[in-house]
Amino acid sequence: MEVRELTCVACPMGCQMTASIDNGVVVSVTGNTCPRGKKYAETECTHPVRPLTTTVKVNGGKHPVVPVKSAAPVPKEKMFECMDVLNNITVDAPIKIGDVIVDDICGTGIQIVATNID
Amino acid sequence: MLKYDLVVVGGGPAGMAAALKAKECGVEKILICERDETLGGILEQCIHTGFGLHYFGEELSGPEYAARFIEQIEQTDIDVKVNTMVLDITTNNDVIAINKDDGLMEISSTAIVLAMGCRERPRGAISIPGTRPAGVMTAGTAQRYANIQGYLAGKEVVILGSGDIGLIMARRMTLEGAKVKMVCELMPYSGGLTRNIVQCLEDFDIPLKLSHTVTQIHGDDRVEGVTISKVDSNLKPIPGTEEYVPCDTLMLSVGLLPENELSRSVGIYLDRITGGAIVDQYRETNHEGVFACGNVLHVHDLVDFVTQESQIAGEGAANYIKGKKAFSDYRIHTKGVNGVRYVVPQRICIDDSDQPVKLYFRVGQVFTNATVKVTRNGNVIYAKKKRKLAPGEMENIIIKPEDLQEFSEGDYLYIEVEG
Ligand SMILES: Cc1cc2nc3c(=O)[nH]c(=O)nc-3n(C[C@H](O)[C@H](O)[C@H](O)COP(=O)(O)OP(=O)(O)OC[C@H]3O[C@@H](n4cnc5c(N)ncnc54)[C@H](O)[C@@H]3O)c2cc1C
Ligand code: SF4
Repeated sequence: MEVRELTCVACPMGCQMTASIDNGVVVSVTGNTCPRGKKYAETECTHPVRPLTTTVKVNGGKHPVVPVKSAAPVPKEKMFECMDVLNNITVDAPIKIGDVIVDDICGTGIQIVATNID
Repeated sequence: MLKYDLVVVGGGPAGMAAALKAKECGVEKILICERDETLGGILEQCIHTGFGLHYFGEELSGPEYAARFIEQIEQTDIDVKVNTMVLDITTNNDVIAINKDDGLMEISSTAIVLAMGCRERPRGAISIPGTRPAGVMTAGTAQRYANIQGYLAGKEVVILGSGDIGLIMARRMTLEGAKVKMVCELMPYSGGLTRNIVQCLEDFDIPLKLSHTVTQIHGDDRVEGVTISKVDSNLKPIPGTEEYVPCDTLMLSVGLLPENELSRSVGIYLDRITGGAIVDQYRETNHEGVFACGNVLHVHDLVDFVTQESQIAGEGAANYIKGKKAFSDYRIHTKGVNGVRYVVPQRICIDDSDQPVKLYFRVGQVFTNATVKVTRNGNVIYAKKKRKLAPGEMENIIIKPEDLQEFSEGDYLYIEVEG
């Protein structure tokens, strides 16, 4: 049995939680104030994910770069791999909010979309 | 001379929300003056997500949050002048502004909403000894470089101050391949949101050194390193604790200051603690017909609260324009004591309104399992237990209209923390 201390980031309360993990399965969570904390602890201990936001280069836009985000949080361990891909692509203006920049980033099945116009 | 019912100074989330609300309340001629080339304010460079959780129930990035309001503005007949800097406000609410196309303009207006936001405390404000090499900049400047101009400010970074912008930039620089060596925080606690400490520092094993400061900057043309020291309980560096940290960039995230030159010039009273105007519950300042909202009033960590507050100001301005609200001299004061650093609004007009009054406040230190109390003439009119209160997180409480009756002019409402 493994015991992990973690801080819930689902809301500004930042509850300190303790999760017990047995064979890769979260068997108990304590310290959370609400059910969202438990869910966060379970995801965090089995397959942690993070929202990814960055910029990609633009050709012919008003600015040299346009901001993008992952449409859903990406696996934490793939963040740098995703960054590598995004640092090596260039898109052409015009770009609208919501335009798909990469359809399936690093085999995660997650889209990268633009978050501003350019 | 141009003539408007309402002129809004600043086209960030505060200015946009105030203008939209005033429009909704029936104000006819509204103008927004924005000195930047687009509406959106600081949100345009905040490309991380975390905006709109309260207001839209979604995690949006800054530009996405701004875009929702920009689109709404475009659907109204609100006039917008970008690249337009407001230079002055006269005592009878004329606005003096300048841009390349119109030159110097004198705009007459019934009411004004001040929504100029805030700026970062520069290095001068914290005076670190040493040389003045390139590579010392505020976190917000580094953010603008990275997210709008598209280049990285440095490769080996030390961040002074654990405000949210610094934390967000620690992650941003790390993801872009820079090495963020540490974040030094003078205080024994961080000024940033817990979720940012977890997601931006702990995720990447970036040390947060509490009770530490930068005592020397080294390097001639470019920063080569900094000396950091531990500080004692009086925030004075402790001799013998110096440590040299090589780096090419020192990023400052040491706080934000409301941008109030304009407010000062027209004689608006400012709060010593917030740095913003002293306002009543409608966000009206002591200057009749001039309202203030957003970061120019007090520094907010969540844009959602900026939007809410600015709607109050927009509605207040609309009522003023329609002559609904007479400028009432019958006011009481709010005051933070025992751990409460400030309260906004600082004044409450006692009028025939049946609306509750929401008070925003910040504490001066971390409290756990404490009670927030509001007292009036020694009687407790509100008490609520809080598991955690931290300086980095703005709190609010709602005062019911019946609790505002039977006050005398000049009475105080005290907000305090117990335990
Ligand atoms: C780096 C950073 C990160 C943040 N992260 C988050 C987050 O994750 N989640 C969240 O909810 N909130 C976040 N915030 C807070 C939120 O973005 C701000 O509270 C909000 O943008 C404040 O809105 P505002 O309209 O008051 O000010 P601003 O956005 O600063 O807008 C003020 C506008 O006024 C204009 N102006 C100023 N003076 C004049 C003048 N004289 N004439 C004409 N125009 C003028 C400026 O150009 C600017 O456009 C963050 C803030 C910063 C700085
Ligand atoms: S457990 Fe619930 S209350 Fe606590 S931080 Fe997480 S979401 Fe917030």
